[in-house]
Amino acid sequence: MPIRVKVLYFGQAREAAGSGGETVTLPARASVGTLVREATAAHQRMGKLSGSMKVAVNEEIAEIGQELRDGDTVAFLPPVAGG
Amino acid sequence: MKKITREKILPLKILKEMDDPAAGAVILFLGTVRNHSEAGKVDKIAYETYEPMAEKRLAAIEAEVKRIWPVRKVKTVHRVGKLSIGDVSVAVAVSADHRREAFEACRHAIERIKHEVPMWKKERLGDGTEAWVEGTPIGDALRVRQR
Repeated sequence: MPIRVKVLYFGQAREAAGSGGETVTLPARASVGTLVREATAAHQRMGKLSGSMKVAVNEEIAEIGQELRDGDTVAFLPPVAGG
Repeated sequence: MKKITREKILPLKILKEMDDPAAGAVILFLGTVRNHSEAGKVDKIAYETYEPMAEKRLAAIEAEVKRIWPVRKVKTVHRVGKLSIGDVSVAVAVSADHRREAFEACRHAIERIKHEVPMWKKERLGDGTEAWVEGTPIGDALRVRQR
């Protein structure tokens, strides 16, 4: 059964996506990597960011191979510059 | 009190929270908005965050500081939204029995904030253009330490 995840975009990723977020439907057992590929295909300007971006699943940094579950919140985090 | 705020940061209020009869040292670090950067003259900076994750990470930084140094009180606050030159964007306060641990803990906390908190900033430059401030990939040092 497909899963639905909430995707959030911040900073340069938000501008590249043209919005702060969206809901994405993915095949069952899809990984973070699958979602990154889908998002960069859907939002071309995100391609050049993807190398430097990190992804958080439910507010914890995730590896590219992590499996996503229905209802997860996935955030695209460009390099950070707090302070 | 929340650690991410859209309101002006009030240093004296934060200092008041450091009160502890056992403390012999209080350090307050304030990060302020500069009128220049590598990109040139800066007029304003807009800060953006992933709030729930930033709240968690600031709390984790405070907890980490308390684990490493014998400090009495620790407080971190980061402002978001549109800030003007001179505005306080971030504050770290520490009280401890002695100055050495207070300085070290404060320094550690601000370095962690720079690298471990999901925060982005866009400068409005003197020529009217806008530019994202180049950052560093967000780290995962806090979670590694907690494992």
